[in-house]
Amino acid sequence: MIARIGVITFPGSLDDRDAQRAVRLAGAEPVALWHGSHDLEGVDALVLPGGFSYGDYLRAGAIAALSPIMSEVKDAAAKGMPVLGICNGFQMLVEAHLLPGGLIRNAHQQFIRRDQKLRVENASTAWTSQFEVGQEITIPLKNGDGGYICSAETLQRIEGEGLVAFRYAGVNPNGSLDDIAGLTNERGNVVGLMPHPEHAVEPGFGPNTAAAMRSGVDGLAFFTSAIASLVAA
Amino acid sequence: MPTIVVDVMPKAELLDPQGKAVSGALDRLGYEGFGGVRIGKRFELTVESADEATLATVRTIADEILSNSVIEDVVGIEVVE
Repeated sequence: MIARIGVITFPGSLDDRDAQRAVRLAGAEPVALWHGSHDLEGVDALVLPGGFSYGDYLRAGAIAALSPIMSEVKDAAAKGMPVLGICNGFQMLVEAHLLPGGLIRNAHQQFIRRDQKLRVENASTAWTSQFEVGQEITIPLKNGDGGYICSAETLQRIEGEGLVAFRYAGVNPNGSLDDIAGLTNERGNVVGLMPHPEHAVEPGFGPNTAAAMRSGVDGLAFFTSAIASLVAA
Repeated sequence: MPTIVVDVMPKAELLDPQGKAVSGALDRLGYEGFGGVRIGKRFELTVESADEATLATVRTIADEILSNSVIEDVVGIEVVE
């Protein structure tokens, strides 16, 4: 049976179609879901895509985190369904308290777009099992509010419990504490990160690599990891 | 109709990139004696009545929606006519 992975579209989502495409290229069936609905349509996993929901009004991701469908997302996450938040989706997950901490304006106040090197810190989550700990990957980063912050106690806890999923490597592009690029919850089913794996899934359309221009497909393993976790479950 | 004003500020111990940028501009322009600048938000809620029940609701809204307690503090809730 082919896995069905839902991608939720919010008002102002930009990368929902790219996330659907990534799901398809990884070998699952993408299911388009709508923020105003209470129906997850029986999907096996969820992606909250990037964009600028509600124009980043109030706080990035804050109003979307109060959407009707988010009550079902929280229930599903609590039951162990794999949930991936990318960029604005990550901001929604912290606003919904599904992941700890918060995201604020980049330290230097500027929007960043670059191919970003990351180090995999936790390869035991539903979305990272096809990576190795310590592996370096490159996927696009593009945001204005990507600075990860949290209290000293929270930082100590997430570092102590191994909840950092990805760290920026080479350069910290936005002032994030401890170079944190992405987090997982304790159970490993909910993962959020600022960079965009869905933009590095097909040769010809990804970041440059040493081998060839635009050949980077390091984002694909996020989605194949989720599919593998569903098969194993 | 009365207005209830809610003031929200980034937590004191956390970096406020916007305030830092303004502070840097003041330094550059030669304004001396300003140790720092922090930027917060002011919400004006128009209400039919600023009674105790409404204020209680506003406190809940301020804590749960207008601010994110991970990164911000509600520093004031006051009624202005």
